[in-house]
Amino acid sequence: MQDATLSLRGLTRRFGETLAVDDVSLEVPAGQMLGIIGRSGAGKSTLLRMVNRLLEPSAGTIRFGGTDVTALRGRALRDWRASCAMVFQQFNLIPRLDVLTNVLVGRLNRRGTLSSLLGLFSEEERAEALAILERFDLLETALMRAGQASGGQQQRVAICRALMQRPRLVLADEPIASLDPRNAQVVMDALRRINREDGLTVLCNLHHLDTARAYCDRIVAMREGRFVFDGPPAALTPERVREVYGVSEEEFHAAPQGSLAVA
Amino acid sequence: MTPATAEAAYRARRRVRLGASLGYGVVFLVLLAVSARVSEVSPEALLAGLPRAGEYFHKLLPTLRWEVLFAGSRVEGSLAYWMYRLDAWAWLLFETSQIAALATLMGAALAGLACFPAAANLAPNRAVYVLCRRGLELFRTVPDIVYALILVWVLGVGPLAGILAIALHSVGSLGKLFAEVVENADMRPWEGVRAAGGSWVQAVRYAILPQVAPNFLSYVLLRFEINVRGATVIGFVGAGGIGQELYTVIARNYHEEVGAIIVLIVLCVTAIDLASERLRGRVVGAG
Ligand SMILES: Nc1ncnc2c1ncn2[C@@H]1O[C@H](COP(=O)(O)OP(=O)(O)O)[C@@H](O)[C@H]1O
Ligand SMILES: [Mg+2]
Repeated sequence: MQDATLSLRGLTRRFGETLAVDDVSLEVPAGQMLGIIGRSGAGKSTLLRMVNRLLEPSAGTIRFGGTDVTALRGRALRDWRASCAMVFQQFNLIPRLDVLTNVLVGRLNRRGTLSSLLGLFSEEERAEALAILERFDLLETALMRAGQASGGQQQRVAICRALMQRPRLVLADEPIASLDPRNAQVVMDALRRINREDGLTVLCNLHHLDTARAYCDRIVAMREGRFVFDGPPAALTPERVREVYGVSEEEFHAAPQGSLAVA
Repeated sequence: MTPATAEAAYRARRRVRLGASLGYGVVFLVLLAVSARVSEVSPEALLAGLPRAGEYFHKLLPTLRWEVLFAGSRVEGSLAYWMYRLDAWAWLLFETSQIAALATLMGAALAGLACFPAAANLAPNRAVYVLCRRGLELFRTVPDIVYALILVWVLGVGPLAGILAIALHSVGSLGKLFAEVVENADMRPWEGVRAAGGSWVQAVRYAILPQVAPNFLSYVLLRFEINVRGATVIGFVGAGGIGQELYTVIARNYHEEVGAIIVLIVLCVTAIDLASERLRGRVVGAG
């Protein structure tokens, strides 16, 4: 693991007339926990999806260490996706399969087509998955259908799946937006744990400023596809929020909560 | 917008919809009349034909006598006398249901492969999607009896032609239904597997298949029911099974035998329908 800096240069994404992400540049050093804040529609999801290459950038480059991520195709692209794990707002597990299999999905990338079609995972892989589940207090749920677990449990299973990928980056897109406050805290604690204990770089989209302040080493704020703030949590004072968003912190939180259209 | 203008807009829309419904109704009736005319369906012809149909059915009825109903197959008027070739017919019925079962399995296997690239949400690109969709349509538009006619000519008389004929048609019809189920699948698991570095095939297997499998199975069973009936008809053109026998006895005017075979077919098809319906209920219920 030499250079593991993620660097975005002039990253842009258009949807027709909409500029979802507008000429964004960013350096994220290895091991940082970065919070990306912004109201609904600011371009946070689009940004993370481009990093994982679920979305193609319209312009700009993504580099990770010595690799030009934007140029990857086929096998190399899938390997990249495995090494930058996504955690979604809606968990994106397979509800009908058991929790253990859902975690093992994180290892599909290293499996041949035939053995994965037959659902054959090795005993070592299962042991690894179970150890990860145990680490996050989920061992009891291992044989449960994922769809039957609670929201907080499902999101932690998604984090376990991410770890099973043996990633170098974790991209979390509003991981707590579908959870109640208690479960939100458990999930944020889990994300910070993998950041601190496993040394993983974490990029986390959040729309609540206090969560970002409490958990992140650094915060960038997005508005209309651009970065309008980049600094340590302490620098994101209420005055600064008013300055960059033109509204008070209460108003910042009030409006976008209702607009669930853009998840 | 005030409540009053909203109400006015609502009424206007209702009027437009009512007008449209009436318009479509009239068009439908006109089309019905035209098609009846073209295919020479007239009430008079139907009425004139009715007594003849009754007459034919009367001929099919066996002459059974109560006193000897359960006597041996040599006693005229007994059930056994009527069904004197039950062993052969039962075998042929079994053959027909096997033609249907094999054909359904073969069709389902191919449809199960083709349906994923034929689903708009999964197809890797537009060209693959269009190709697979049109391909399935092509298989579906040709009726199985036409396939059977061709295959009997190519392969000779026998069940193999029947199996292939029904399988070919089943690929098309099942493939389309499967693809539509896939298009309604929840795409979040798909995104989860893809984002984890899984390949297209792996994402189909893990994210989509568990969602769609119960519906697939239900459609396969339904198709099997349809194919049992199809396999009977297909026998008429020499593609094996009970249909072939039925055609022979009809051609030779062995009326009582025709009746016996029809009764057996109805019993068999009903039994399969009932069994498959219960199974389908359980499959979907478990989902
Ligand atoms: N698939 C899409 N098609 C069209 N427009 C999109 C799509 N995804 C996002 N957008 C638009 O891009 C902008 C940024 O969206 P998004 O990245 O989801 O914001 P956020 O995650 O911050 O709420 C919004 O204006 C949204 O409407
Ligand atoms: Mg979003």
